[in-house]
Amino acid sequence: MRMLRVYTWAVIAWLTLPVLVMIVFGFNDTPGRYNQTWDGFTLKWYGRVFALDDLTQALVVSLVVALVTMLLAGALGTGIGYALGRFRFRGSGALNLVMFATMSSPELVMGASLLTLFVSLDAGLGAVTITIAHVMFSISFVAVIVRARVLTLDRSLEEAAADLGAGPWTTFRTVTFPLIRPAVGSGMLLAFALSIDDFVVTNFTAGTTTTFPLWIWGATRLGLPPQVNVMGTLIFAAGVVIAIATSMRSRLRHRV
Amino acid sequence: MNNAMTEQAAIELAGVHKDFVSHGETVHAVCPTDLAVRPGEFFSLLGPSGCGKTTMMRMIAGFEEPTGGTVRLDGTDVTGVSAHHRDVNMVFQSYALFPHLTAYQNVAFGLQRRKVARSEIRRRVGEMLEIVSLNGMQRRSPRELSGGQQQRVALARALVNRPRALLLDEPLGALDLKLRQQMQLELKRIQREIGITFVYVTHDQGEALTMSDRIAVMRDGRIEQLGTPREIYERPATRFVAGFIGTSNLLDAAVQRIDDGIALVTFGPGERVLVPVPAGVTAGQDLEISVRPEKIGLRREEPTDPGCSVLSAVVTDVVYHGTSTNYTVKTTAGPDLVVFDQNAFSAEDLAGPGDHVFLTWAPQHSYPIGV
Repeated sequence: MRMLRVYTWAVIAWLTLPVLVMIVFGFNDTPGRYNQTWDGFTLKWYGRVFALDDLTQALVVSLVVALVTMLLAGALGTGIGYALGRFRFRGSGALNLVMFATMSSPELVMGASLLTLFVSLDAGLGAVTITIAHVMFSISFVAVIVRARVLTLDRSLEEAAADLGAGPWTTFRTVTFPLIRPAVGSGMLLAFALSIDDFVVTNFTAGTTTTFPLWIWGATRLGLPPQVNVMGTLIFAAGVVIAIATSMRSRLRHRV
Repeated sequence: MNNAMTEQAAIELAGVHKDFVSHGETVHAVCPTDLAVRPGEFFSLLGPSGCGKTTMMRMIAGFEEPTGGTVRLDGTDVTGVSAHHRDVNMVFQSYALFPHLTAYQNVAFGLQRRKVARSEIRRRVGEMLEIVSLNGMQRRSPRELSGGQQQRVALARALVNRPRALLLDEPLGALDLKLRQQMQLELKRIQREIGITFVYVTHDQGEALTMSDRIAVMRDGRIEQLGTPREIYERPATRFVAGFIGTSNLLDAAVQRIDDGIALVTFGPGERVLVPVPAGVTAGQDLEISVRPEKIGLRREEPTDPGCSVLSAVVTDVVYHGTSTNYTVKTTAGPDLVVFDQNAFSAEDLAGPGDHVFLTWAPQHSYPIGV
C-alpha cells in the first residue's frame, strides 16, 4: 500500500510538474524577453495578457479553428460512430480500418501529404485549410468514442421508441442521442484539445496564417514573453474546470 | 369456430414465413403459417428457444419483414408498414425502459409522439400508472425501480397508447418465481379490465397454460398445435406437444381389437390398455398412446374392474413433492412411466422402491396421438 501511494504521487508529480512550471512563470516579474529565471512575484502579465497584438491574433485564430473543428468533427464523427456501431454495411470494415489508420499515422506524413493535396488543388492556405486538416484527423477520435458507446446500447431501446411511434429521426433525437451524449461530449472536447495545440499538421497547412502554437514556436528563438505562460495557464484552467464540472455532473446524476 | 369466421381477426397471418441467410445457408425461422388471433383474446406462442415464436411476434410488431405472406391488423394489410406506423405495442423481454427518462416520461413517450394534448397525457398516464399500481413512482428513474416495478412501467408504457394488440416477449422471464406468479395473475386481470388482445411469447408451459385463452405450440418454425390450454394439455396432437406440455407417458403398441370405438391393447398376462379411438383405426395398427401421470392410479392389489387399463410394474423411484408424490415405475409393457399421486389422503407413500404395483386408469384418460 505504501509503495502504491509513493508511486501514485510520483506519477502525479511527473505529469503536473511542467504545467506547474508554466503556471509559476506566468507570475514571474521578469524584466526582459527571457522568462527563464525567477525574478519575483507579479500579477502584471495577467493585466497585460492581450498586450501583444500578433500573439492575441494567433490565439483568436487557434480558438476559432478549434471551435469549428470541435463542432464539425463532433457532428460528422457522431454520425460515423453511430453508423459503425449500429449497422453493418458495405464498406463498414474498410471505414473502421481507415479510422484507426488516421489515428495512428504519423502527423508529419499527414501534414506533408495534406500540403501536397492543397497545393495541387490550388487551395489558398490559411484558416480554412487548417480547419479542414484538423477536422480530418480529429474526426476518427470522435467516431471511435461514439462507436464504443453505441455498441453498449441495448438495441431494443431504439426498437421500443419505434414501437411507440417514433420515426428514425425522432428516435435518434429523443432516445439515442441523449444516451450517447456523454460520449459525443468527450469526443468533442478531445477534438478541441487536439486542434488547439496542434503544431505539425498546422505548420504544413497554415500558409501565412499564424496560430497560437505556431506563434510560440516562432517566438522561442527570441525568448517567450510571459503572456504565453498566462494564456497557457488560462487554457489549462479552462480544461480543468470543464473536467471537474463533467465529473461532478455525472456524480450528481448517479447519486440515488 | 363459427364465431371466428364471422368475427374480424385482430391479427391475421396468411402464409407468413421468414427466412434468414446465415453463412450462405438459408434458415427457415418461420415456415409458411396461417394464424388468426381473435379480438380481446389472450393468445400465447409457446415453444422452446429457436422455435420461431419471437420472430413471429417481431413480424407482427414490424421489426422483421416477412420473406413472404401477409400480416393484417383488424383486416388492414400492414405488411411492409414500418413499426412506428403500426398500431400495436410491445413489452420487451429486457423491458427496454428509457434510462434517461423518469417512469412518467417513459409512459408518456408514445402519447407525445402522437401529439396528444398535454392535459390528456397527464390524465391518461396517471390513470395507467394506477392500473399497474405504480402511483407515486412517476418521478423515479428506471434504475430506482425494482424488477417488478420496471415490468409494470413497461406494461403501462405500451398499454397507455390503447394499441389494437399488445405483444409481450417473455416479459416475466427476469422475475423470481413468486413475483412471476403474482404478475401472471395481474397481467390476466389487466387484460380483462381493458379488453385488449394480448399476444404472449413464452417458453414456460405453465405460464401459457395459466394465462392463455388459446395457445399455439411452436417447433422448428411451425405451429404444432393450436388450441385452448385444456385441449393442448388433455389432447396433445403430437409427441412433441405431449412431451413439451407437462409430463406425458407414452406407450407404443399395436391394436388387438376394437369394441365400440375402444381399442384394446394387451401386453403381459392380465395387462391391458383401453383407448378410445376414432373411426378408421383398425386392428393391427400401431398406436402411440398418451396418458398423463396424474390420471394413473397406483394399487398394491390387482384391480378387478375389466373396464379399466391395467399394467403391472415395479417402483424404481419415489419423490415427495409436498402436494403430490411422484413415482417412477418400470413396466413390463415398455418404457418407464411416471405416476403423480395427490397427497390428499395418504400421509405415507403408497409403495417404496422395489415394490411390485399395479397401474390403472379409465379408458377416457388415455388416447392415441396423431390419429
